[in-house]
Amino acid sequence: MQSDDITWSIINKSFCSFKIQTKSQKFCRNEFNLTGLCSRSSCPLANTQYATVREEKGVIYLYMRTAERAFFPAKQWEKVKLSRNFVKALQQIDENLIFWKKYFRQKCRQRLLKITQYLTRMRKIKLGRQKKLVPIQRKVDLRIKRREEKALVAARIDNAIEKQLLQRLKDGTYERIYNFPQEAFNVRIDEEEEESEIEDEEEYEEEKEEEVETDEDVEGELEKEALEDERRDEVSGDNNCRY
Amino acid sequence: MEMDTCTAEESQQDDRQDTIMPAHTNIKDIKNKSRRAKAFVEMKREKRKKKLQEAKEKKKLAAKLGKNAPAKKQPHTIESLREKDDTMVEEEDEELEHEEANDEYASYFTKSYVPKILITCSDNPHTKTIAFIRELCRIIPGAVPKWRSRSSIKKMVKKATDKGFTDILVVNEDRRIPNGLLVIHLPEGPSALFRLSNPKLCKDIHRDYNEITGHRPEVILNNFRTRLGRVVARMLGALFHYDPEFKGRRVCTFHNQRDYIFFRHHRYEFKNTEKVKLRELGPRFTLRLQWIQQGAFDGDYEWALKRHEMETSRRRFFL
Repeated sequence: MQSDDITWSIINKSFCSFKIQTKSQKFCRNEFNLTGLCSRSSCPLANTQYATVREEKGVIYLYMRTAERAFFPAKQWEKVKLSRNFVKALQQIDENLIFWKKYFRQKCRQRLLKITQYLTRMRKIKLGRQKKLVPIQRKVDLRIKRREEKALVAARIDNAIEKQLLQRLKDGTYERIYNFPQEAFNVRIDEEEEESEIEDEEEYEEEKEEEVETDEDVEGELEKEALEDERRDEVSGDNNCRY
Repeated sequence: MEMDTCTAEESQQDDRQDTIMPAHTNIKDIKNKSRRAKAFVEMKREKRKKKLQEAKEKKKLAAKLGKNAPAKKQPHTIESLREKDDTMVEEEDEELEHEEANDEYASYFTKSYVPKILITCSDNPHTKTIAFIRELCRIIPGAVPKWRSRSSIKKMVKKATDKGFTDILVVNEDRRIPNGLLVIHLPEGPSALFRLSNPKLCKDIHRDYNEITGHRPEVILNNFRTRLGRVVARMLGALFHYDPEFKGRRVCTFHNQRDYIFFRHHRYEFKNTEKVKLRELGPRFTLRLQWIQQGAFDGDYEWALKRHEMETSRRRFFL
């Protein structure tokens, strides 16, 4: 007991390997510390008569150390398993620490409460769904992004899509809708000479063309076409193209 | 002794004939920087001249030979240097056709059902994810968006099958942007997880989402060459209605390049048989396959991307 003060004066003034100093607080990293703070009454090294409450794998124990056992470090801590029932556990603490300082009884009870609270919360969370966080190394992530950009350039997507569409046109999937002749050009003139049953659908398309926004380059062309269409189809009055 | 008696002029002539000046075969041997720089410029000029001459000669030769001219050499690309894959599919493979007639998507291709898709997200979606889901609902006909409400996927699968859905899309979110897409085909179909990157909404491409009409779009699946690629392609294609409305002129493309699947949504317009005009509507994003499972979020993994085993070569791709 007499060495407690000496230990504390050394630890406090010079060096303690468990002490972590921040701007406003001193913390103690010792696993048997009752409060986690570095202070004269809660330092496990500077108090030979000491008690803590600790949990291991979900089971809560009361650890006690007395002056007689302080010289056998391997055997100094007496472990008492506390009841799962909170009230009973409190009583157990009071029984075991019956003639101890009020400080230890108080702090042990508080610590027991905190521990039971976090254990119940852990159990509740496990019952529900939990997001699995999959870590990705930064290097790998960047590599993936880089390769994607290069693949995008190599893909030339618009070209590929156009090719596919033209292929489909040639294969005849749009046979009933478009009526392109075998020759490549002058579609406008040929469309004029088409049968009337296709005329409605084309009207539909041409009027749609007017509504859809296009680039300024093509707008002029489309306007011209629209004027032509209007002149050609003066008779038709079907304006049921709104979609 | 004889040399001493020669006259000065003669000795000079002899010197000129006898001595051999050091020939600079290498530019780097010229110690003087300005002279070296000049020599370098000269060398470059010569090289360029040579190259142009060769090109001219080649052209002449090609013109002369006409059809018999040697084929123009194509530069190597990563695609041309791709490692040979045993599972590469050639078109019209009988075995493949037989397999595909019996797999989970056979019913889609026989047009026996209309796909009905459930789109959800993770638990607390933020603005971008919500907007992304809304866009997806616009593109895919028959898509129903629903909040996640902390339901587990297995339970979701069960309930959705009961309600008649055919596919589930779960958009996963990280750091406030969508970053994953889980596609589950419902009646015990395969499920696949994709990593979603570069999601761009309509407004990011400066387009109005009102341009997207309700017509059923066509689907283009480009460049899926291996068996695995075909499975993925069928999976993605089966999300859309089997009967597209050509009137609407909408096309949704999934283009695979080096294992990255690029999704684009366009409106097309045929100018003539040689030219199509595309206008991009709608969102765009990239997918990268992480794994495919045999059941609906259950069962064996048909394929999983294991980085250390699979990403060993830069010329090796799986789709």
